[in-house]
Amino acid sequence: MNAGPRPLMERGDTPGRRALRRLLRRRGAMLGLAILLIFIVLAIFAPWIAPYDPVAASWSAVRKPPSAEYWFGTDEIGRDVLSRVLWGARASLLAGLVSVCISMALGVPIGLLAAYVGGWTDGLISRFTDSMLAVPFLILAIALAAFLGPSLTNAMIAIGVSATPIFIRLTRAQVLAVKVEDFVEAARAVGNPHWRIALRHILPNVLPPLIVQATLAIAAAIIAEASLSFLGLGQQPPAPSWGSMLNTAKNYVDNSPWMAVWPGLAIFMLVLSFNLFGDGLRDALDPKHK
Amino acid sequence: MPRYLLKRLAAILPTIFFVTVIIFGLQQLLPGDAAAILAGENQDPTVIAYLRQKMHLDEPLPMRYAYWIAGVAHGDLGESLRIQEPVLGLILQKLPVTLELASLAMLVALAIGVPAGIVSAVGKDTVWDYAANLFALWGLSTPNFWLGILMILLFSVQLGWLPASGYVSPLEDLKANLAAMVMPAFVLGNAIAAVLMRHTRSAMLQVLNADYVRTARAKGLDERTVVLKHALRNALTPIITLGALEFGTLLSGAVLTEQVFSIPGFGKLIVDAVFNRDYAVVQGVVLFTSTVYIVLNLLADLAYFVVNPRLRG
Repeated sequence: MNAGPRPLMERGDTPGRRALRRLLRRRGAMLGLAILLIFIVLAIFAPWIAPYDPVAASWSAVRKPPSAEYWFGTDEIGRDVLSRVLWGARASLLAGLVSVCISMALGVPIGLLAAYVGGWTDGLISRFTDSMLAVPFLILAIALAAFLGPSLTNAMIAIGVSATPIFIRLTRAQVLAVKVEDFVEAARAVGNPHWRIALRHILPNVLPPLIVQATLAIAAAIIAEASLSFLGLGQQPPAPSWGSMLNTAKNYVDNSPWMAVWPGLAIFMLVLSFNLFGDGLRDALDPKHK
Repeated sequence: MPRYLLKRLAAILPTIFFVTVIIFGLQQLLPGDAAAILAGENQDPTVIAYLRQKMHLDEPLPMRYAYWIAGVAHGDLGESLRIQEPVLGLILQKLPVTLELASLAMLVALAIGVPAGIVSAVGKDTVWDYAANLFALWGLSTPNFWLGILMILLFSVQLGWLPASGYVSPLEDLKANLAAMVMPAFVLGNAIAAVLMRHTRSAMLQVLNADYVRTARAKGLDERTVVLKHALRNALTPIITLGALEFGTLLSGAVLTEQVFSIPGFGKLIVDAVFNRDYAVVQGVVLFTSTVYIVLNLLADLAYFVVNPRLRG
């Protein structure tokens, strides 16, 4: 049945709804979201789903290959790899989310301030941002984690601080473009205070690219956390983390390869899900980008 | 050109200043008495007193920065507490190994990323485009240390074709050197190839729609000449400059790759230093890396300026 031509803009159709419709049509983004949701569910329900205690060693089950009893096999001290992978999802998701929250909590207000105030404040912030960007991301994170001390919390702080300049730069660029728009001028003309113009009129309009960047930054932060844990600077043993599991696994790759396959595959799938979703979100929010 | 060069040089001075402030600031993150921490296991009061005096810990912070930066300006990045050697010497000793790894990785990345990007742009929305995009997603989502372990499993353990770890100098035995570097170079180049593929694709898509490319087609040139001679030449400029900027990713990746394959380079130096609490080496490596990155950035800008006549106006 032909319903006839649809009006260009339906009643109550907002840019947000149109973006959501475009997002829902992107198969890659939906696949990413589905994988991500599975990981979130597994992480939340890990205590109930995991068949064994993730830190309990069993000397009678050292480096057992995958079997009906141990689906993903066991590690060098007889811990169940499946249970550790499930619990490890918590550390990875937490690290990804918390680090990006730190980056945004620092980067967005600083970028907003730089662009809104301008002048020497902007100059100073911009030079400082350039300097932070001059230090390779992971090397800065390693250095920060080394000086703060090895722990998951410090790794999250190190990754969050290292990724902050990206958000400062992006927010600044977006605010510079928006602050000259007519609606901001109008808000200023009716006597709104600066904080209100910045937070109520400018900030909501620069959020879409920041959300896209945040999604992709979570993917980078998860790899960074796994890297720091792989180097021994993240989650400390015996607590399960995919990076530290791979660090141990590399010593047993010749006779117990399952120890390396599953945690690596888990990092890959989780990072892929964020990248797929982030790419789809970017295309949905900015249809010109392709 | 000299005016542009001077302008760019003036712009990087504050950047370098802030980099030194950040790196000096790292030391302030150490909880408690820095001298006691730096003394490590050896909690001898004389050693602690010596360190305190050497690092000017009793003086105000700006003075300590001044002493430190004066040393850095003279090439003194401090001394490794563990091996009692100047940090700069250690860095320069390890640098050739990492440079070889990074250069080979960049070659791998260029050899995979640029052709994949061209194929993807020329065949936009075809199966080749989807395949290239999948490859890019794979490259961006795979932790390189995991890829390294998987490659060791396949090529060293299962097939026995390549050594699992170790390093032989090319001056000693070039064949053994290349055999040891093939896997690390591929692992490190994989992620950069993905980034280069995306850059190449978008740069090619832009030029393929340009008027001069349409003119070249209208003249009756075959598609191969249009793509490789007319379009690629202009698309390559941003790709090469962006490639130079991937240096930071290369060095970050080298830290992990060298760890997986036990390659005694720059990355292994910083990781070992972290575990030996050899903070002067950590600071030295970060400072050295950042300075090289800033200089490469400048060179990339200059190269862009030289090859793009429109900027010279």
